[in-house]
Amino acid sequence: MSGQTFAQKALARAAGLDFVEVGQVVDARPDIVLSHDNTAAIRRIWQQFGQERVLIPDRIAITLDHAVPAPTTKHAQNHAEIRQFVQEQGIRHFFEVGRGICHQVLSEEAIVLPGQLILGADSHTTHFGWLGAFGAGIGRSEVATLWATGELWLRVPESMKIVLEGELPPGVTAKDFALRVIGDLGADGGLYMSVEFHGSGIEAMSLESRMVLPNMMAEFGAKNAWIAPDAKTVAYLEQRLKRRLEIGDWRLGAGTHSPLSSLQSLISNFQSLLSDADATYAAIHHYRAADLEPSIACPHSVDKVVPLSAVAGTRVQQAFLGTCTNGRLEDLAAAAEVIRGRRVAPGVRFLVIPASSEVLKAALERGYIQDFVEAGAVIGVPGCGPCMGNHMGIPAPGEVTISSANRNFRGRMGTADSEIYLANPAVVAATAVAGVIVDPREIGE
Amino acid sequence: MFITGRAWKYGDNINTDVIFPGKYTYTVTERAEIARHALEDLDPTFAANVQPGDVIVGGRNFGCGSSREQAATCLVYNGVGAIVAVSFSRIFYRNALNNGLLAIACPEAAAAIQPGEQVTIDAEQHVIRCAAGEFAFPPLSASVMGIVAAGGLVEYVKRKLAAA
Repeated sequence: MSGQTFAQKALARAAGLDFVEVGQVVDARPDIVLSHDNTAAIRRIWQQFGQERVLIPDRIAITLDHAVPAPTTKHAQNHAEIRQFVQEQGIRHFFEVGRGICHQVLSEEAIVLPGQLILGADSHTTHFGWLGAFGAGIGRSEVATLWATGELWLRVPESMKIVLEGELPPGVTAKDFALRVIGDLGADGGLYMSVEFHGSGIEAMSLESRMVLPNMMAEFGAKNAWIAPDAKTVAYLEQRLKRRLEIGDWRLGAGTHSPLSSLQSLISNFQSLLSDADATYAAIHHYRAADLEPSIACPHSVDKVVPLSAVAGTRVQQAFLGTCTNGRLEDLAAAAEVIRGRRVAPGVRFLVIPASSEVLKAALERGYIQDFVEAGAVIGVPGCGPCMGNHMGIPAPGEVTISSANRNFRGRMGTADSEIYLANPAVVAATAVAGVIVDPREIGE
Repeated sequence: MFITGRAWKYGDNINTDVIFPGKYTYTVTERAEIARHALEDLDPTFAANVQPGDVIVGGRNFGCGSSREQAATCLVYNGVGAIVAVSFSRIFYRNALNNGLLAIACPEAAAAIQPGEQVTIDAEQHVIRCAAGEFAFPPLSASVMGIVAAGGLVEYVKRKLAAA
């Protein structure tokens, strides 16, 4: 018998089986089920089941992030309905308006751990692969089903291995790497697959950079994406779990491994869930970090990827730094580095929206927020911002936005007749300064 | 189960933002209104002219993007009978089946069907019939077909809970 992939091991664990084959359909029991502003709609579906109580409240995590604070009465009613549900059901993993984007917040709160299964009514639930978990997006009816029954059918996916060798050159980021992969292999290049990232280039990356990769794999068609946890990952989670213990905030769900006796056993569970060296892959792709350069995804598809130089000079009216892809501290640091002592170009709005309140606080402490404000940027409430066109920076018809987000479909930001270019945070900041798409290494004083 | 209707043919990577724009996801909740916005940014003629039983034909990666279930339900509420595509994005695929909407990956049929022509799908024999001929497609697993046959996941789970 050949070795197993992470996807096989993680889904076998979640289904309570010793072994599963690729292609097998299993009834999996997720450790955490994620939802956000869509929770009220899910509740209306769940009510059709006639239950008074959800099966396991501690397995539910809800973050208000998609349209926060509420931009309209209807949005406010939606939030009010969710708060009522949270109270009624005693859901303790609930994060209010302003705490941040669900994927960032659940990461910061160490609510998902290596090897665990998280299913979410959000396509970017692939995000949790950064810490070695199996994260996959599902629909609203499926979340309602999980609240009621605790289990859902999943097909064990084929796996693809993407290897990055060497450290990224200065000015080139995980975002550029992700865009390059999607540009090379297409928006459906990883369709139905579990995408594993391996190699010295991944090991060398900061945790915040690693988070970009599984997040972006939603745009690659992937079911989930995965990075092997290492000492850095463990240290991050351990510190956050300890803090939760100290403040009596011990709210982990009643998962397969509970009651959880020690932090170490909790975190070291993943060791048995690493992919085997002789596991079978549907495809393996190799990249050398030294060959990568700043990349841009052009309207209206994330796989229309070109080198930055190919679109340099394109005029923009809006620059947006934020989202679950690139709204973290190192993203703000890279952008602040570019913009410090400079001004946002006339005719350009520069929106900066930290991915969480923790990111916002750290950016305040380090002076980045002051840098942005002095440069003429607009600071938004932690959350998804204008990413999917709800509020806080919807472009006018005919306008062009450069964004650090993950998606640039027509109409994505709320206006069909507008264009979105996707780039890394430093390029977004440099473009805000220049008024045209530009390489941050080339802007003048 | 037979499905018969006209074909509405579109290209590759038809994404959920053009099927059902994100700006409506938390405020538009009525069936008729959800139906009215279907394919709004892709084909403004669709919602006003689609007939029950009509079939949407797509290219590769149909339904890519968001997990929003309205991308499937906005088609169901318009009476769309089935979607035939070269391939589907996985969350959309689940959402379609979970709402009783047949999503059939059949590259040959997706290529052969012409816009506006009559298409018939025999779900029991796993065959698509159009002017260019007959195309077989692989059957769904019994459990997933059970969800479709029940009219969707919610009905399926209701029955399961009632039987427990």
